[in-house]
Amino acid sequence: MEVLFQGIREALRLLLTFDKEVLSITLLSLKVSGLATLISVGVGMGGGTAVALTEFPGKRLLVSVVNTGMGLPPVVVGLFVTVMLWRNGPLGQWEILYTPTAMVIAQTVIAAPIVMGITIAAIQNLPPNLKLQILSLGASRPQMLLLLVREARLPLLAAVMAGFGGVISEVGASIMVGGNIKGYTRVLTTATVMESGKGNFDTAIALGIILLTLCFGINYLLTVVQQRERPR
Amino acid sequence: MNRTPVLEARDLRVRRGGTEVLAINSFTLHENETVALIGPNGAGKSSLMLTLAGLLEPASGQLLFRNEPLPTGSAATGYRRRIAMVFQEPLLFDTTVFGNVAAGLKIRGIPPGEIRDRVDATLRRFRIAHLAQRSARKLSGGEAQRTSLARAFATRPEVIILDEPFAALDPPTRQLLTDDLEQVLREWRTAAILSTHDQGEALRLADRMMVMNNGAIVQSGPPSEVMNRPATEFVAAFVGMENIFSGTTTTTVGGLLSLEIAGTHLEFMGDGVPGENVVFCIRPEHVTVSVGTPESHTSARNVFPGRIVRIVPLGLYQKLYLECGFTLVAAVTNQSLQELQLAPGSPVFASFKATAVHLFRSG
Repeated sequence: MEVLFQGIREALRLLLTFDKEVLSITLLSLKVSGLATLISVGVGMGGGTAVALTEFPGKRLLVSVVNTGMGLPPVVVGLFVTVMLWRNGPLGQWEILYTPTAMVIAQTVIAAPIVMGITIAAIQNLPPNLKLQILSLGASRPQMLLLLVREARLPLLAAVMAGFGGVISEVGASIMVGGNIKGYTRVLTTATVMESGKGNFDTAIALGIILLTLCFGINYLLTVVQQRERPR
Repeated sequence: MNRTPVLEARDLRVRRGGTEVLAINSFTLHENETVALIGPNGAGKSSLMLTLAGLLEPASGQLLFRNEPLPTGSAATGYRRRIAMVFQEPLLFDTTVFGNVAAGLKIRGIPPGEIRDRVDATLRRFRIAHLAQRSARKLSGGEAQRTSLARAFATRPEVIILDEPFAALDPPTRQLLTDDLEQVLREWRTAAILSTHDQGEALRLADRMMVMNNGAIVQSGPPSEVMNRPATEFVAAFVGMENIFSGTTTTTVGGLLSLEIAGTHLEFMGDGVPGENVVFCIRPEHVTVSVGTPESHTSARNVFPGRIVRIVPLGLYQKLYLECGFTLVAAVTNQSLQELQLAPGSPVFASFKATAVHLFRSG
């Protein structure tokens, strides 16, 4: 227990003293995972809404693939992205392996299916005639899509939370495609792994607590947005 | 009534999932008119309404709105802004009642001040002004459907399409909503198409009734005509003509046709010739039941002695199944049942006028 209390004390110290390294690690974590979530929301929600509202051959197969993608192991994603970005790989000429950009790509691959899968379920869960009702109110197709998304906003915000939660807390892909380079690609999860590997449990716990606090803070904000405007 | 056509369909064919679900030769809705569509489940009522609302693309045929072809694709939005549709489920948005009623107006980009005025007026008209700020999720079934109607009417549509709007409501709520809808339709002079399984509702609201079966309109006419003079055996059965018989006419005397059924001689009005195969029907409400012989005191041409086999209570009236050599169904009020002390096994006389018999040629 002493180790835990020491970790909490260390976390408070690092936070209160605005430790430069911790601050840069935290900011990079936010930047990488935030950007990956943002791209995933664009791809996942757009694609998910389109899939949910369109009938086409192979739809079930596609939805199954997306649902499988919701549980993609980060290390597998990390391996796949590494192979793709490796010097001799198909995208090797981009020369972005071991950069924050590579981490964003890997995290997007992890988060996009999560957002898309939840979006498909959320839109399909709306009453079947709602789309027709909205169109019969005189809505254009973009207005109809906006209204449907608005109606599904609770599960869609849950999709954002799940997507962000999935990437801010993953370590396998980030360490593989980022390389945990100090001051460049080191994020909260990779730093925690490294510190605990070195036996610096107080620092590792401190980083873990910061990560948890960050997750809670972001999710609390999203929850506030989610629950806002609900009429009584 | 103004006979200017608002909405027309000609040779309309609609396919869904590879199957033809609609084959409408002709449909017309006139200005200020209410048309009721009745028919069994799967008859094509909803498909017709969705097609008329521009929400289902026809495979072939012509759809005209004020004599102009209905636009398709994204251009159909303009048409849909001139009409409105209400479904069986209220399909309200997750916002307040005010927000719901304002939805169609917001979509049209109407300024907020005007939206407020129009929504307030519509909420008052549908007697839900006190619910304006309530969440749509917390409304009763009746309140929710009122909100759905108000949302549709707030846009002041030229045509309103109502797809079984009261089907999920309890009878008292349904009655109240029918009252209000009737008033609004009359006051605002909105042309309306209403599909319903409740023939009472159709009789009350409709200027014209259309019976659908297997994707086609099998009869169209004033409600009293459809109810009393069905065009086919299907329509007769659907509108509650429980006494349907078939036979061959025997004689014609003074405009009356005769027919024999199970050894009993029947007389009825109709244009026919002896030897013709016909189907004829009588509404249960048109059969009179008496305990003494009415033969010498009645103008009814058809009087039969019989016996009550079964009594089925149906709320305000009772249905009697009579054995008169053939089975005849009569509807009597609860008061008549009590006063005449009618019970299963009671000997009675059943009578109906020659004019109460409706005849059509069997196919």
